[in-house]
Amino acid sequence: MTLSTFCRASGTHVALAAVAMLAAIVIFPKVAPLYTLINVTLYMSMGVFALSLALLWGYGGILCFGQSAFFGLGAYAYAIAAINFGDTTLASAFAIGIPALFAAGLGYFLFYGRLSDVYLGVITLTVTLILFKLINSTGGDAWRIGEARLGGFNGIPNTPLLTMPFTGIPLSPANLFTLACIALFATYALCKRLITTRFGRAVIAVRENEVRAELLGYNARRLKLAIFVISAGIAGLAGLLFANSVFVSPTMFSLSMAAQVLIWVVVGGLGTLFGPVAACFALQIAAAALGKLGLIDPNIVLGLVLVVFVVFVPGGIQPALAALLARILTPPRGSPGHMREEAAR
Amino acid sequence: MDYLLVVLLQIAGAVGNLALVSVGLAVIFGMMRVINLAHGEFIMLGGFAAIFSVQAGINIWLAMLVIAPLSVAVLGVLVERLVMRRLYGRMVDTMLASWGLSLLLIGLATTFFGNRVVGVAAPVGSFRIGEYSLGAYDFVLAGIALVVFAAGYAILRFTRVGLVARATMQNREMASSLGIEPSRVYAVTFAIGSALSGLAGGLLAPISGVLPTMGVAYVAKAFITVITGGASVITGTALSSTLLGSINTVSTFITTPVLGDVALLLAATIFLRLLPTGITGRIFKGAP
Amino acid sequence: MKISRRLFLGGTAAALTAPWVNRSFAADDITIASIYDLSGGLEIYGQPFDACLDLAVSELNEAGGLLGRQIKVQKYDPQSNIQLYTQFATEAATSLQAATVFGGITSASREAIRPILGRYQTLYFYSPLYEGGVCDRNTFLTGSTPSQTIGQLMPFAVKNFGKKVYVLAADYNYGQISAKWVRDFTAQAGGEVIAAEFFPLDVTDFSAAIQKIQREKPDVIYTLLVGGNHMSFFRQWAAAGMAGQIPIVSTSFGGGNEHIVLTPAESDGVMAAFGYFQEIKSPANEAFVKRYHQKFGDKAPYVTEHASATYNAVHHWANGVRKANSLDRMAVIEAIESGSTVDGPGGSSTIDPKTHHCATDVHIGRVKDHSFEILESFANQPPADTAAVCDLVANPNDNQQYVIQ
Repeated sequence: MTLSTFCRASGTHVALAAVAMLAAIVIFPKVAPLYTLINVTLYMSMGVFALSLALLWGYGGILCFGQSAFFGLGAYAYAIAAINFGDTTLASAFAIGIPALFAAGLGYFLFYGRLSDVYLGVITLTVTLILFKLINSTGGDAWRIGEARLGGFNGIPNTPLLTMPFTGIPLSPANLFTLACIALFATYALCKRLITTRFGRAVIAVRENEVRAELLGYNARRLKLAIFVISAGIAGLAGLLFANSVFVSPTMFSLSMAAQVLIWVVVGGLGTLFGPVAACFALQIAAAALGKLGLIDPNIVLGLVLVVFVVFVPGGIQPALAALLARILTPPRGSPGHMREEAAR
Repeated sequence: MDYLLVVLLQIAGAVGNLALVSVGLAVIFGMMRVINLAHGEFIMLGGFAAIFSVQAGINIWLAMLVIAPLSVAVLGVLVERLVMRRLYGRMVDTMLASWGLSLLLIGLATTFFGNRVVGVAAPVGSFRIGEYSLGAYDFVLAGIALVVFAAGYAILRFTRVGLVARATMQNREMASSLGIEPSRVYAVTFAIGSALSGLAGGLLAPISGVLPTMGVAYVAKAFITVITGGASVITGTALSSTLLGSINTVSTFITTPVLGDVALLLAATIFLRLLPTGITGRIFKGAP
Repeated sequence: MKISRRLFLGGTAAALTAPWVNRSFAADDITIASIYDLSGGLEIYGQPFDACLDLAVSELNEAGGLLGRQIKVQKYDPQSNIQLYTQFATEAATSLQAATVFGGITSASREAIRPILGRYQTLYFYSPLYEGGVCDRNTFLTGSTPSQTIGQLMPFAVKNFGKKVYVLAADYNYGQISAKWVRDFTAQAGGEVIAAEFFPLDVTDFSAAIQKIQREKPDVIYTLLVGGNHMSFFRQWAAAGMAGQIPIVSTSFGGGNEHIVLTPAESDGVMAAFGYFQEIKSPANEAFVKRYHQKFGDKAPYVTEHASATYNAVHHWANGVRKANSLDRMAVIEAIESGSTVDGPGGSSTIDPKTHHCATDVHIGRVKDHSFEILESFANQPPADTAAVCDLVANPNDNQQYVIQ
């Protein structure tokens, strides 16, 4: 598939996603029990998180091992601001702004230092570990920002719930679900739109060949920095939603959180947006079900899934299934092979 | 005065510890450009191998120095055959596959060995410096690390096997056209790297105990040490573990273990920013 | 490509609207929920909780159940993951509509689920020993608190070993708050805490701490270390030739089977204070331990204080249900508040209506060859720490955890 047909197609996908979102908002809270509603809200926040890395890694070509740093920062920024201001609307802006700001600083340090591939991965990983260790050791009373105690290993169990602007009434689980639906859809639409803009195409060009893009006059470092900052903001939004469906704790910075999101993107398909979200939902549901059954250690399943996908389905499920369907539904001349190639890059 | 000496000895111990923990990963990364994120679990399995052998009545030194590395080497050969071989040249994919492998091994170890710490007493006693009493085992460990590094250096620098290894490392196509079979070199390298991880696990068992999830604590440290060291397997890892180990221990003594770790990570980050290809990417270039 | 996406969306929508599968129970059974870590890093703590809950429930059921109905336990395993705690607590309260929830091991997990169970009006029992101060009418806490254990252990330690105390504690709310209580009770006993160091739960290297301790030369070391990683301290302490050189006292050692996992050379001589030891010599306890081993076999995990308090918690709840003759949350709470005493394995456990904590017997034990020798016992210790700040009779709407300054 060429880039131009992809752009034309993306309008349809966004429209379809909009329909799905509306249907979910209207129907789901009526039919699903409260517990399911709360859990699906949680999965949606993770879906937003998956999109942040799908955009950064799949389209920006930047493998960030520490995406959970922005996720956690967003949540902590929200909780601390909400406790101090008593108003969650402004706190929500902090949840997106602080990670973006942090990414701007870190990204400047990284990209303007010409760090690339594995070295970039190591530094993002160490930064996440530093944040994890620091926040984990704030258990003492001395660690507070204004009114908010950081709580160390415990996190902030009394994370304030989002409230309606102006009235101050906390959102009900159904409200939160609607909000998460809208956030997930809006993020998806934003990412879809972004990659078709001039900026987005330039970012993809840098991913494809940084030297060539620079010779054509693009400022590769600035483009990378920009996509890094946008992705961090999205991860912060995910952190905000997560904080409202669970609560804020240092595990948000943990290595396993960073690993999970990478797995979703790999399984869903690098260079796709829908796939990682689908993989995120599927794997979360599987992990929860396995935990309840207690038959098999969830790590075994997650580990096997990752190994099998990397070795046998390197493009991820979305391109693989698309190729399979195309083979079944279209005459052999419509060769799906190159589609898969593009996605696999 | 005694205290200063004690701190210096602890630094030596910590450097040896970090070097041992990193060397297996360094061999595999340096020779094959493969980052083995299951490294921590290889250490963990080495630890279990040693402890189970001791429980079965085998001499502890035999268990730590022979059985632990051998059993993990066997696992390494299997992993290389089944997974890694299909992914050579795709650095990110090898990293992800080994991450999956790491989760899988944690899950399997939890299922079969149980999620609890098992331990074994250190096989050597303690000694005194003035008023302070220190465990001698830390320094046995540092000594073993020294031997491993010296042997590694000598083999790479002075033997024919080392020459072949360095040739493959520097230019795979050229080596292959001169009649060296890279896939065999890779298989052997992976086995040796795994054996070294197993050795580290066996030797660490008396210090930290063994737990299925223990690997996580080591893999990030080792990963960072190896990357900071740069391209040269032995020299780079030796230099970076000396540097980072010292920073870690000194700051732990002055502050807390957490800030000690943070100092290590911060130092590595700043180093990589200044020398983006690691210490041996700029200085000591070409040393084995 | 388009087709595949449409199918994907359709598939997802179907998955979303499919009803969640839940285990259904016979209508006349009473459903209660338990949330204890049965896998992951806290498994070693969780197994005895689970076993003693099972024992208590099966004994109730054999005696005819409650209100003429059998009790069924829905077990959730949060896998030592706090996020799963919140998910399972929500499920137990909203979807399962459990009559009551027994759960939480670490103080972090308790503080994660306590607000949720409060929000969804589900009665909650927390049974581990902890740092004290929780004041919440919806929650009953059957484990011991600092004034009960540290309050006895510190005078004992200062009298027998000396005044200078060095504290090593886990770095989260349990360790931080308990360390303050140690400071307080040490001062009351005429001693002084000369240093307190805190270690996150993933620390395994204690060599710097061991040298620092040697430099400070304390008379007593007080450990509030938690979990498998922290056992390395005792291993490294012994490897440095320090075992037996400075007395070690603790109110956490043994709660995670430390005395079983470590070798006698590493653990002998460590002294701990708890509301219960499996080795207590009393007819009630010997009968209890016998029943326990009959049910779970000789290799069943050591019964910790946490576990015996879980056994007591189930019986306190049963007392409340019988007295209220109802499962209604408020009726059961009021019934328990009006007085509930359980003759548990470790002696009697009596609910204090003002704090929802228990007055309980406390013992000091010393490790010898993988088991504890009881050195001293103190009958019927009240939860004085929480009682100093919390009065649910006067302020039934109070809902917070008080922290010592």
